[in-house]
Amino acid sequence: MRHIAAAGFDRELKKGSTELAVLSLLERRPRHGYEICKLIEERSEGAMTLNVASLYPLLYRLEQRDLIKGRWVEKAGQRRRRYYRLTAAGRRMLAERRSVWRDFVEAINRITAADHA
Amino acid sequence: MPDWSKEIRELVGGLNLSPAREAEVSEELAQHLADRYEEALARGASEEEACRVAASELESPQLAVSLSRVLPPERPAPTSGQDSPGSFAASVWRDLAHGLRLLRLDPGFAIAAVLSLALGIGANTAIFQLLDTVILRPLPVKEPGRLAKVKIVGNSHGRSGNFSANHPDITSFIWEGLEKEQAGFSRIGAWSSERLNLAPGGEARYVDVLWVSGGFFGALGVEPRAGRLLSADDDRKGCGSPGLVVSDGFWRREFGGRGSAVGSSVAVEGHPFEILGVAPSSFFGVEVGKGFDIALPLCYEPVIHDDRPRTTNRSGWWLAVVGRLKPGWTLERASAQLASISPGIFEATVPADYDATRQKYYKGFKLGALPGATGWSSLRDDYSSPLTLLLAISGLVLLIACANLANLMLARSAARQREIAVRLALGASRGRLIRQLLAESLVLAGIGAAFGAAMAQALTRVLVAALDTEASPLFVDLHPDWRLLAFTAALAAATCVLFGLAPAFQATRSEPVDALKTGGRGITGSLARLSIRRALVVSQVSLSLVLLVGALLFVRTFRNLTRVDPGFRQEHVVLSTLDLSPLRLPGDARIEFKRRLLERIRAIPGVESAASSRLFPVGGSFWNEEVFVPGVPAADHSANYNTVSPGYFRTLQMRFLAGRDFDDNDRAGSPRVAIVTEAFARRFFFGGNPIGKSFAEKGDGGRLDRTYEIVGLVKDAKYGDLREEFTPIVFLPEAQDEKPRPFARIVIRSSEPPEAILPAVTRAVGEINSRIVLSSRAMQSAIAEGLLIERLMASLSGFFGALAAILAMIGLYSVMSFMVVRRRNEIGVRMALGADRRDILGMMLREAAILVAIGLAIGSLLAVAAATTARTLLYGLQPSDPATLALAAAGLTIVALSSSLLPAHRAATIDPIQALHEE
Repeated sequence: MRHIAAAGFDRELKKGSTELAVLSLLERRPRHGYEICKLIEERSEGAMTLNVASLYPLLYRLEQRDLIKGRWVEKAGQRRRRYYRLTAAGRRMLAERRSVWRDFVEAINRITAADHA
Repeated sequence: MPDWSKEIRELVGGLNLSPAREAEVSEELAQHLADRYEEALARGASEEEACRVAASELESPQLAVSLSRVLPPERPAPTSGQDSPGSFAASVWRDLAHGLRLLRLDPGFAIAAVLSLALGIGANTAIFQLLDTVILRPLPVKEPGRLAKVKIVGNSHGRSGNFSANHPDITSFIWEGLEKEQAGFSRIGAWSSERLNLAPGGEARYVDVLWVSGGFFGALGVEPRAGRLLSADDDRKGCGSPGLVVSDGFWRREFGGRGSAVGSSVAVEGHPFEILGVAPSSFFGVEVGKGFDIALPLCYEPVIHDDRPRTTNRSGWWLAVVGRLKPGWTLERASAQLASISPGIFEATVPADYDATRQKYYKGFKLGALPGATGWSSLRDDYSSPLTLLLAISGLVLLIACANLANLMLARSAARQREIAVRLALGASRGRLIRQLLAESLVLAGIGAAFGAAMAQALTRVLVAALDTEASPLFVDLHPDWRLLAFTAALAAATCVLFGLAPAFQATRSEPVDALKTGGRGITGSLARLSIRRALVVSQVSLSLVLLVGALLFVRTFRNLTRVDPGFRQEHVVLSTLDLSPLRLPGDARIEFKRRLLERIRAIPGVESAASSRLFPVGGSFWNEEVFVPGVPAADHSANYNTVSPGYFRTLQMRFLAGRDFDDNDRAGSPRVAIVTEAFARRFFFGGNPIGKSFAEKGDGGRLDRTYEIVGLVKDAKYGDLREEFTPIVFLPEAQDEKPRPFARIVIRSSEPPEAILPAVTRAVGEINSRIVLSSRAMQSAIAEGLLIERLMASLSGFFGALAAILAMIGLYSVMSFMVVRRRNEIGVRMALGADRRDILGMMLREAAILVAIGLAIGSLLAVAAATTARTLLYGLQPSDPATLALAAAGLTIVALSSSLLPAHRAATIDPIQALHEE
């Protein structure tokens, strides 16, 4: 197992989970804000909800850090929407976050398994 | 569907985003709420419920905070623009801070602007600093405004005799009478300057000597730094114990600034003097651009120049006078008093060797007092017109830089049209907005001036180093004074107004409603703005042409001067000046000694020939006499003179047209002979062959009792400097010189470069007598130094000309680019209607060509007018030289059109469909 500093756990858990969720959702294809919001709600089966106040500041921050890029897209018969896609830097960040997350989950699993034994 | 735009605007409006960003964020959030609402409806909620679900999203108090944390304001909050309560200073300060913040947001613009301003202001400040030190600055002494120069005023025609020093205003005899009888000055002093040697023999070590009368330091109010200064007691007839005062610089250089220097001894031309004191560091004498090393009392002059003292010569002009006006006395009153004592003084001091006419003139001379605050300066005569011209040139460069900046500011104000319109709509007064826009310019100008001032310090040092030569060292005090600071500040303020005011007015002129309606693409303002920008480019092109023409004229002047045939060949020639006075040779032994010296030098390997002369050609010194040819009436009798040894013409490769060179048979006692130039033959023999003919000159008694037979005719050669026309020159054999001088000027031609031969010459002279004082240099570099001003003008005006062309190029490029952006739609329409790319390219280039053509037409007129005022600085060409004008215009046209090629090409490659779509 890769070594993770103890302080890293807590920080990654709080700050990273939403970011990780958003980045993961954008991995395959670009999505607009409301779509991201809905997908997180659906896939977490309601465990995780986002609203305007939590989603958009996060999107703008990710965009500012060049991890995602927003672009207005007009589709026939629809109002124009802003679609976000992953940038190369975002892709790298997603890979990194994912492995940190896996390490974290494994660690928690091992701890909880030991308790049961 | 319910409208949330009001709530969203309230939320986002507080964030002070740029209008575009604000619109985007609002749209995106509104979209989200609409999606939420529709989804709720789809799930079966009532309209009211759905509305509440959507609106609840905005209720989080965190939203505004986290948004403002993520989205930094791109512009400061638009205030209503009305003056808020508070002091004026505070509001100006706010404006400046606002300007600074705006510049930080656009670093590219800020750097370009500051750099061009710094270049312009730096160049101006540097040249002004030289002008200030050389011409304007008063002497660094007590109350310089009370100082006066005393000299012969009005017609001083008829003065003749022996002139020495830079400012030979009066003789020692006149000074004696003047000092005794003047009443208008509390203290008065006479002074002169020359270079004397401190080395006992071998390589000379010249220092700048200030000859001063006893009252000199008192009149200037200078206090000693150490020891004491010279007073009336040190300058008595016959003198007391020999003492001198050293300058602060000399004291530090020679004695490391030690106090023990006072009381020690220095040998001047072999005579020991005691150091009585040290002058303060700020005091450089009264001659601007020259420092001094030691100050000697006038009474020692006959000791130093025991050969032909000036003090005892009634026609020895060598002194200048400075006096401090008595309280209550004005220059007019002092002049009137001087005028009343003049007849007595001049009556009593008439030189005995003057003929009756000259005596009459002499007795009619009148002394007067002139303002003396800025001291004496020969630099002022030499450099004031080139420096003033350079200041004008660098001023034009700054003007062009300002035009460029104004252009950039106009482009910026176009981009900020909407913001300004919002403020106007909110009730800001136009004056308030102009002030704020000017504050931005002021910040730029201030930073530019600060960098410019720093750059000027370095530039001035480079300039001074360029002007400081071996033959004429330049000593100037380059400490910035209030005049310089005021100049820089004024320059900054002027540039700020120049480049900031027009865009500021322009920006606030349009009607807010129009600007808002056109969504930030103000059409109404943009036409006016474009015509201002066109006018700016026309003026840039015309000013650049003026500078380019000037640069070419000066470069060609310099080239003409370096290519002029002086009548002799300067390559591979060494000029050596030998001071024989330490040998104390009697007059008749000097000629024989020089002959032996020449023999020794000719024996040096590599030396092809060598000869001696009284004056070096193009050395800046003159000696002329009036020449009379029996039966030939000439309008002008004057001819330049030189004495030369046999071999002189061969050494300088001056071509003989007829007759012979001098030889050993031309000696004292044999018939007087002369060699003359073509110009002499033209003036006195109407171009005929003068060989065998004779001419006469006036002897000591004023009678025509000296007759010379012409034995040789040589081609014309320059005498005093390269600019002059060929003048008649008479060469006399050195061996027939009745008063041979205790120095020798030797010209040496070698097969080797001058540097290679110099050590051998020094060694050879030292072997003959180690007490001979020698200084040598290559003729080519000595002559090149004489072209210092021309070189300076050529290189600086060339530099400024290139700078101007670059600035004009940038200006044209930016205007053309702006034009292309503004006319995208029009170009799209034209293309849609069938215009092909070549048509568009041609159209855009035609636009540029029209601007350039107008600029060139105006510029040509200005250039000819400007060059005419600088006529005296040109050589070998006319101010309106058509070739120069054509070359500059062609060069500028190429530069200008190539700089508009890129924008024009961009216009021609516009996709018409896209361009039309954008509207």
